[in-house]
Amino acid sequence: MNFHLILFLAFGAVCVGGAINLLAQRHPINSALSLIAVMAALAGEYLLLGAEFVAAVQVIVYAGAIMVLFVFVIMLLNAGEEEHTKGNRTAILLGVPGMLTGSVLTAWVVLRHSGTQSVPIGALPGSPSDIAQLLFHDFLLPFEVTSVLILIAIMGAVVLASKPEASASEGER
Amino acid sequence: MSVGVFILVSVIKSLIVLIVLLTAVAYTVWLERKVVGHMQNRWGPTRVGPFGLLQPMADGVKLLFKEDLTPPHVYKPLFIAAPLMAVTFALTSIAVIPFGNSITIFGLSIPLQITDVNIGLLMILGVTSLGVYGVALAGWSSNSKYSLLGGLRASAQMVSYEIGLGLSLVGVIIQSGSLSLRTIVDAQGGHMPGFIPRWNIFHGQFIGFFIYLTAAYAETNRIPFDLPEAETELVAGYHTEYSAMKFASYFMAEYANMITVACVATLLFLGGWHGPLFGPALLQAVLPLLWFGAKVFGFLFLYIWVRGTLPRFRYDQLMAFGWKFLLPVAIANLVATAIAVAW
Repeated sequence: MNFHLILFLAFGAVCVGGAINLLAQRHPINSALSLIAVMAALAGEYLLLGAEFVAAVQVIVYAGAIMVLFVFVIMLLNAGEEEHTKGNRTAILLGVPGMLTGSVLTAWVVLRHSGTQSVPIGALPGSPSDIAQLLFHDFLLPFEVTSVLILIAIMGAVVLASKPEASASEGER
Repeated sequence: MSVGVFILVSVIKSLIVLIVLLTAVAYTVWLERKVVGHMQNRWGPTRVGPFGLLQPMADGVKLLFKEDLTPPHVYKPLFIAAPLMAVTFALTSIAVIPFGNSITIFGLSIPLQITDVNIGLLMILGVTSLGVYGVALAGWSSNSKYSLLGGLRASAQMVSYEIGLGLSLVGVIIQSGSLSLRTIVDAQGGHMPGFIPRWNIFHGQFIGFFIYLTAAYAETNRIPFDLPEAETELVAGYHTEYSAMKFASYFMAEYANMITVACVATLLFLGGWHGPLFGPALLQAVLPLLWFGAKVFGFLFLYIWVRGTLPRFRYDQLMAFGWKFLLPVAIANLVATAIAVAW
């Protein structure tokens, strides 16, 4: 029971707890904050794997930009508390144990046949220079194609969000 | 060193840095009031202690004893959590900032930094992006028009200028080849031909410095970008409904952010703790800290100077400036730096 395992379990507990809280909360802002906690705990898990760059980028991009967007939307739409619908008792009695059993079985089968062993932290490449080597040297074409994909998504979002009289609002500016 | 000694040393370092930072926050408020006062041809605080030096104590006592009012219409959990978040994120970045080389006490070589992370600069950017929550959630949880508008404006402004901030830092990273703050400062030692020190501001990142300066003013919500908390525009913006200690938390967070930004600017552009070393050995050990402090003080003085001089931007001017001017200039700076380094 070394320190690494304790930290892994702690971050894992925050992840799972945050995810369950996200589903259990009635007000969407609480769900968004739980999701931020999940992202932060995931960043901690990445750190435990020795992937420091990915951990930092997880915090900057996911917790610091995407979740800010989520929180903005919830604030602007003024989404109130959700109503409590009546759950189906049969579904809860059969569904929750069923889901848990299914996940445990899948995880066990995958781990049994994956053939991986533990490596010490730092043995695998994870530093920014290693990732840069992969991104900009070995996988340069997929990287550039992904950037074009994101550009298309941005253009799509701008087109979808623009007002119908696009020429009139352009003329005002 | 063993785990126990390491933890003890880290705790002591954290306590010392935290105490110094909080004192610096209090006296930055004093400095601002004095400097802005003198710029406006008046004295600033003079009554409480010599030169008004005990004014921060008086302010602290006043804010502690003020009535901490929680209006009934707020969303309580977030109303209380938001200032805590703001202060926590503001005080976290100081953990990766190096103040000098290692010192040797009791045979242990202790670097003057709470923790030297390989990705120190990314961590500072991450904490900066998380700092948006303190402001956005305060504005929303106050359940009031002015607060919501102020909170939304402040978060939109902070998110927009984060991009310019990050890009200006990338120029420095390309030139130094590392994300670790200590390595970046070490790369600025020595002199260029002549007597000009090899600080990044003279050594190719001149434009980068000004982009960083502008983006930092916007990130910390300071004049000329302080519309979100402008008194005449939005009552008090996102902290309208806060009183006493929670209000003080926001001010602590703002000034702590200012100090962190000044420290990062010093490390990245002004050469960190490098400066002429002279005198006996004890003085030489302390001088890097003094040079660091002097440069941070200079940057803070610049902050306050700009505050006393410039009028504030209108919100649409602010956003247009960030996206249509600062971002292209930052990208051009990045491209120019990359070409220069690859040459």
